[in-house]
Amino acid sequence: MAVSADNVLRVRNLSTEFHGDRGNVRVLEDVSFEVGRGRIVGLVGESGSGKTVTALSLMGLVPTPPGKVSAELIDLDGIDLAKLDADGLRRIRGRDVTMVFQEPMTSLNPVRRVWEQVGEPLRVHRRLGWREIRGRVLNMFEMVGIPEPKARLDAFPYQLSGGLRQRAMIAMGLICEPKLLIADEPTTALDVTTQAQILRLMVDLRDRVGTSIIMITHDLGIIAEMCDTVNVMYAGQIVEQADVFELFDRPMHPYTRGLLASIPKATEKRTTRRLPSIPGIVPDLAKLPGGCRFRLRCEHAMPICQRREPGLIEPGEGHRVRCWLHETEEAVRQAETS
Amino acid sequence: MSQSTASIAEPVNLEDIRAASFLRDATTAFRRNRLAMVGLLFVILLALLAIFAPLVSPYNPYIVDLDQQLLPPSLHHWLGTDNFGRDVLTRIIYGARISLVVGIVPSFISLVIGTVMGILSGYVGGRTDFVVMRLADMMIAFPSLLLAMVVMYTLGANLFNIFIALALVGWAGVARVVRSQTLALKEKEFIEAARANGTTQSTVMAHHIFPNVVPTLIVLFSLSIPDAIMWESSLSFLGVGVQPPKSSWGLLVSAGEDYLFQAPMVAVAPGVAILLAVLAFNFVGDGLRDALDPSMKG
Repeated sequence: MAVSADNVLRVRNLSTEFHGDRGNVRVLEDVSFEVGRGRIVGLVGESGSGKTVTALSLMGLVPTPPGKVSAELIDLDGIDLAKLDADGLRRIRGRDVTMVFQEPMTSLNPVRRVWEQVGEPLRVHRRLGWREIRGRVLNMFEMVGIPEPKARLDAFPYQLSGGLRQRAMIAMGLICEPKLLIADEPTTALDVTTQAQILRLMVDLRDRVGTSIIMITHDLGIIAEMCDTVNVMYAGQIVEQADVFELFDRPMHPYTRGLLASIPKATEKRTTRRLPSIPGIVPDLAKLPGGCRFRLRCEHAMPICQRREPGLIEPGEGHRVRCWLHETEEAVRQAETS
Repeated sequence: MSQSTASIAEPVNLEDIRAASFLRDATTAFRRNRLAMVGLLFVILLALLAIFAPLVSPYNPYIVDLDQQLLPPSLHHWLGTDNFGRDVLTRIIYGARISLVVGIVPSFISLVIGTVMGILSGYVGGRTDFVVMRLADMMIAFPSLLLAMVVMYTLGANLFNIFIALALVGWAGVARVVRSQTLALKEKEFIEAARANGTTQSTVMAHHIFPNVVPTLIVLFSLSIPDAIMWESSLSFLGVGVQPPKSSWGLLVSAGEDYLFQAPMVAVAPGVAILLAVLAFNFVGDGLRDALDPSMKG
């Protein structure tokens, strides 16, 4: 595997399962990826593909029980998160890894003033006095482009618009200068204009502060615009992993191709055909089909797809895919006979 | 923030200044609420009357004058006299001393205990939840009057023991309500966001759950004051509460009951006093809730 020298995060075989009424459900299986320093890495996939669970597992926010997270390695700049206990993870959260949530309207406590909440990581991890915290929050507010930052310090969340709240959340995420910021669909709840502003802000801050970002989204447009590398997730697995240009130029997995094909193109003159979509739905993780998880929706499904689950292979430099189509015939034949 | 001249080295200042600015906002909102202001003025009036009782009323509430028994209201005795010839208004003013204290103090104690228990139980869950809730079940299942009587009987009939007895009876209900609120709050995204900041369990409970419960607590408090006043009068009526010749409003009502047809004022007047006080506390409670809860605005 081509591991670039400077990775902020290396995840090896992260698996998460939930124990429920229907037995154990593996919602993540052998997820491995890297985040380069100062890079923006995309996690893309349909609802239920495991994007958010990946983020929560990394942060140690999966409720246990019923959840259970295991990983060979979660290396955050030299610290193995997989070996930390709950309190160790708590000390990392908000300081080295932070998270921006999807819903800015509900991710701020309605009865607390904004500056107290944005400054909370400083109080928890740096034990600063309130003057210092207010000062830093004010700086962050200026940095994330909140107009009249001084007046907004003492505002309650209901006094801010959705866009401003998300800016405040980003300020909260960056206030301890973390190594990694996980943004879980940060713009899904915002209107298109605000969306563009927030995305530009995040890229801009990455350039200025140098924080690496994991961008979770189902919007390939956002991926194309912001990310350096992309991980496509399907049913709890990474099915394709590549540099952003490589992925859009040469998508390998039929799922990725399907996703790309279902984006409407502005260049097409008239809609002469229906927008293509991937047939079927994401499989129930408790009742996965044998073999490849995507095969029931795949137009290229072969006999081997039903019998064996494909491994993650690397047909191109840094381009990995989990699909039999890209295995050598030799390997397919071997798998079929064994 | 700029008017702070105290030493910078004292971080305690923060609380003072922040509280002050928060109070300023809340006061403005509270002042606009006419009903709440009327309630507040009435409560203040009652408190002043109770404190300065000897200055306000010309009569002694304890001296028996058998010539003056059960007089109707007149210029001398505005609300008449009772069966021992004591001025009813004077007795009510002195009774306010005990009734107000008995209404407020035990309510506050059970509120504090109930809040701590409820938040712990709801947020920590598991075994803590089980133990606390079974304890609360026991309190609620046991006849509360009997429980309070047992406490009063064993510890002795004085004011402090009334506090203990009423707090013991009252906390379980508060804990129940607070727990259910906590369970709902726990699932909110801002709690997860707080956890993503690396906050400890106790910080989440104190800084994120508790402020969201406060509006409910204010209402519970204003509702439990009349309850406590009633409880005290039941205990006093049964002879294990306030001891005569001292008196509380509840005791006045029950004592006046026997003369309801000869001199209705003896029982009715303290009853009206209870009613007005209860209403006033409720108005103030509602007003406070509306003024202090930012999530109800906008």
